[in-house]
Amino acid sequence: MNAKTSDKIATGVIYAISSIVALILIAMLAFILVRGVPHLSWHFLTSPAKAFEAGGGIGIQLFNSFYLLVLAMAISFPIALGAAIYLNEYAHKGRFTTIVRTAIEILSSLPSVVVGLFGFLLFVVKFHFGFSILSGAVALTIFNLPLLTRSIETSLAQIPNLQREAGSALGLSRWETVIHVILPAAVPSIVTGVVLSAGRVFGEAAALIYTAGQSAPALNFGDWNPFNIASPLNPMRPAETLAVHIWKINSEGIMPDLSAVSAGASAVLIIVVLIFNFSARKIGAKLHKKLTSA
Amino acid sequence: MDNITQKLTQKSESTKKDSMGRAVSLAALALIVIVVVAIFAFVISRGMSTFFKDGVSVSDFLFGTNWNPSVINPHTKQPYIGALPMILGSFLVTFLAAIVATPFAIGTSLFMTEIAQKRGAKIMQPIIELLVGIPSVVYGFIGLTVVVPFIRSVFGGSGFGILSGTIVLFVMILPTITSMTVDTLKSVPRHYRESALAIGATRWQMIYKVVLRAATPGILTAIVFGMARAFGEALAVQMVIGNAALMPHNLISPSSTLTSVLTMGIGNTVMGSLQNNVLWTLAMILLLMSLVFNLIVRAIGRRGEMK
Repeated sequence: MNAKTSDKIATGVIYAISSIVALILIAMLAFILVRGVPHLSWHFLTSPAKAFEAGGGIGIQLFNSFYLLVLAMAISFPIALGAAIYLNEYAHKGRFTTIVRTAIEILSSLPSVVVGLFGFLLFVVKFHFGFSILSGAVALTIFNLPLLTRSIETSLAQIPNLQREAGSALGLSRWETVIHVILPAAVPSIVTGVVLSAGRVFGEAAALIYTAGQSAPALNFGDWNPFNIASPLNPMRPAETLAVHIWKINSEGIMPDLSAVSAGASAVLIIVVLIFNFSARKIGAKLHKKLTSA
Repeated sequence: MDNITQKLTQKSESTKKDSMGRAVSLAALALIVIVVVAIFAFVISRGMSTFFKDGVSVSDFLFGTNWNPSVINPHTKQPYIGALPMILGSFLVTFLAAIVATPFAIGTSLFMTEIAQKRGAKIMQPIIELLVGIPSVVYGFIGLTVVVPFIRSVFGGSGFGILSGTIVLFVMILPTITSMTVDTLKSVPRHYRESALAIGATRWQMIYKVVLRAATPGILTAIVFGMARAFGEALAVQMVIGNAALMPHNLISPSSTLTSVLTMGIGNTVMGSLQNNVLWTLAMILLLMSLVFNLIVRAIGRRGEMK
């Protein structure tokens, strides 16, 4: 075959492949939204799920998802921030740093179901937390830590060394430089990383089915005392999240409107994740504009 | 005089703060390492008890084809704990998904880096990012409502099985492989391309003979990462694979993977019983395999560093 013909054929094939990939995504999004969005209503978003009859909602699951997300972020952010600061500002090249980086890499490649099982073994069984929000939040933290650490570290590494030198030249200690110079400069891209990881955490289910549990007991939304069992804030209650709910009803659900409920729930899940993904960079860019004169 | 000496030899306020900040951030880092070590220690010690406490032989476990831990085999007085069906199932879906996804991933990343950079950045980049963001249960739900009925009507059978699992995993690992391949292709120096075009190569010749060759190690790394993701994916696969712990006869017979058996079984067994221990052994295999994928990536990186 002539080189020019094969060039044309190859280009055609590459175009075809890319269009197929684009079509797959569009078809999937369209499928979820077309099937799910008509089912969305205020009632669906706020009422509790029903196991045997039609007309149940996803109110409790939705609340659980956000509550777990907030808790998991509250635990994992300080740890990831500290680890990233040490790795980027203090660590020297050496055996210790290599070991730590390897450990983080391994943790990020662990299947999330293994993280969930570890959480089950340690927190649910050994520490007697039971299936609870707390166990789930810790499992999500473990799942989230390696990626969040890496993304914060990248944000810190992007700050030019000039800033650190300027800090030292003014007589600031390294810690003061980090707190007063480097971190403020890195805030926009750190926020972007945090919001992106929030999207991942929100959709995670495998790490939660054996830690936060697969049941959503009725909640009393008038009771905000975290020590009451029916209080939404109680961290020791089992809490099925939206993603777990979709998995659960599809594997063993028996309600008559199962496919409508799961389509609606999937649509909500995707919309929330999309909002996180789209807003991540926008918020970062906006913060950057606000914090700097650029 | 003494006062001044004291002041000069004493640690300053900011030095104290610095060492404290250093200690706190080091503690955070150490915590991550401890978590990794703890995960390995706990899962492996649990997983090993099948062999040490229950006296199951390793080869029976790895190569036995009969999985039914709650039933005792009357001949050997041992329960049926052959894990080969699940191990095979996991490897089959992983390799098949990688084989299907690789051409699509390479094609898409070539489109984005070599053929239509502007449209690539404007259209394909967001599409790939969206695909990464879709939660795995949603993939599972689509697999269950679209892929499984489709397979059922085309090939017959129940529709559940390795083929459905492969299709779902293909879409899931496609963005992983694509985005990493794009990064590698972008890191191929520009003058490679220019030299190839200057000596009269067509664009495809340049891609095929120069760019792809130079990027091979990076592409292999991307594929291994995709495979690691496929191997560890639990819920989406569990929803479409059929969950029958049988040797896969063909691609459309219900079967199972390590992850699907784990998600189904852990909650239904009693902690410390043999039925439970064998599940932890499966989790251990999963853990060790993700270590193996990591080692492969490292080996590729070391051998294929771009000079």
